[in-house]
Amino acid sequence: MDQFLQQIVNGVSLGSIYALIALGYTMIYGIIKLINFAHGDIYMIGAYIGFAVTTYTNLGFFPALIIAMTGCTVLGVIIEKVAYKPLRNSSRIAVLITAIGVSFFLEYTMMFFVGAEVRSYPSLFTKRAFNFGDIVINMQQIYIVLTAVALMILLQFIVHKTKTGKAMRAVSVDKDAAQLMGINVNTTISFTFAIGSAFAGAAGVLVGIYYNSIDPLMGMMPGLKAFVAAVFGGIGNIPGAMIGGLGIGIMETLVSGYGNSMYRDAAVFALLIIILIVKPTGLLGKNTREKV
Amino acid sequence: MLEINNLNVHYGVIHALKNITLKVDAGEIVTLIGANGAGKTTTLRTISGLIKATSGNILLEGKDLTVLPAPSRVELGISQVPEGRRIFPDMSVYENLELGAFLRKDKASIKKDIDEIFEQFPILGDRRKQMAGTLSGGEQQMLAIGRGLMSKPRILLLDEPSMGLAPLLVREIFNIIQEINRAGTTILLVEQNASMALSIAHRAYVIETGSIVLSGTGEELSKSSEIQKAYLGGE
Repeated sequence: MDQFLQQIVNGVSLGSIYALIALGYTMIYGIIKLINFAHGDIYMIGAYIGFAVTTYTNLGFFPALIIAMTGCTVLGVIIEKVAYKPLRNSSRIAVLITAIGVSFFLEYTMMFFVGAEVRSYPSLFTKRAFNFGDIVINMQQIYIVLTAVALMILLQFIVHKTKTGKAMRAVSVDKDAAQLMGINVNTTISFTFAIGSAFAGAAGVLVGIYYNSIDPLMGMMPGLKAFVAAVFGGIGNIPGAMIGGLGIGIMETLVSGYGNSMYRDAAVFALLIIILIVKPTGLLGKNTREKV
Repeated sequence: MLEINNLNVHYGVIHALKNITLKVDAGEIVTLIGANGAGKTTTLRTISGLIKATSGNILLEGKDLTVLPAPSRVELGISQVPEGRRIFPDMSVYENLELGAFLRKDKASIKKDIDEIFEQFPILGDRRKQMAGTLSGGEQQMLAIGRGLMSKPRILLLDEPSMGLAPLLVREIFNIIQEINRAGTTILLVEQNASMALSIAHRAYVIETGSIVLSGTGEELSKSSEIQKAYLGGE
């Protein structure tokens, strides 16, 4: 039982990182129906920005987090403007292939500049840990979960209470009707990329803390898993991405803890296959119905 | 108020609107009637800026709108209630109305205007917190019209407000349209239900395969034998 709870604790902290990445996937999908395969690489760049800030300056965790988020916001908006916006009226497959191209571009440009080797993240927190019976919760896990939760609350606030958030929801349901309200669709799409990328940047810093190591190709696997998380929760659905991320994180740690950690990736992708067979719209996704 | 001169629109190789010329004077209800696929919706969507014109121009009180994007046209006073209502189903009635006032900055008077809409459509007031997608067809149409009014338009473009509604509701919606007009909003109405549209319109245009073929007052056209035969089911 203790081991089970311990795995849940580990799973929640890993899962909240997946959830942050999945949110970006799901919001961008929601608004332009694009699976942004470059999203995992924005997260990788966020990790490197955090690495650079904490290694070469004396700034701590929060400044690093904010700088990484800002850097990724700028990057995300530029990618959207340069790579995706010109293809707004093209077929979806053209944009999808472009996204894969952007992904490779980011990975190998980064490799060119920083080298392919794995770097270890500086430890930002004291090694302090709290014991609850036999369950150990360390400082890093607390920071990871609290940061993720704070960002998700912030996102809920933006999406439901602010004008821009309402514009995002309107554009994701019906672009024409949104324009008839006076909403500028392009600005709204840029804003969505900005938020999604900022979250990926935050996730990058958090994962650096969690795994202690980063490399230019680190975005591939978590990017794919966060994509699975978004599909699992119902792609396009924000609470779905949160639940999906946590679910995948917990599942992964349970598979590693009780089975074999070699199988944890396989388990995630098996889940994707099962979801696509049983409930392709995901846990919280709904079937779009029309009312005449 | 609204003037359209020699408007042409193409969808790829299809010439959808051919030299459309029409005008709507301040305070009028003008209707554009015609069969399915004649170009009624295309005309409205071109006026509101969702479709780009290939040539010709659109003037609102003398100001050329032809190349402006849709949101700027809303700002200048054009509001379209789209075909099929297109309300935001996952948002509440209240939020839908708020979105109608997206470009307005006067928070306090937005609230007041929403309350006025609720007075005009009490059923919407009762359901202000309900998701718009759960409303009935007639209620959704009322919401779409209310939402269209929230931008305080000079001219309201209505696209098939009778679509899919029971006859009794159609009458109610048309009464509402007349009320809105009496309160001072100019209206351009596109309808397949020609007899209803002609009965409330000051003037009317008939569109056939992308061209205006007839125009006149609502009364004249409802008496014309050509119209009777083609659109009103008369012999």
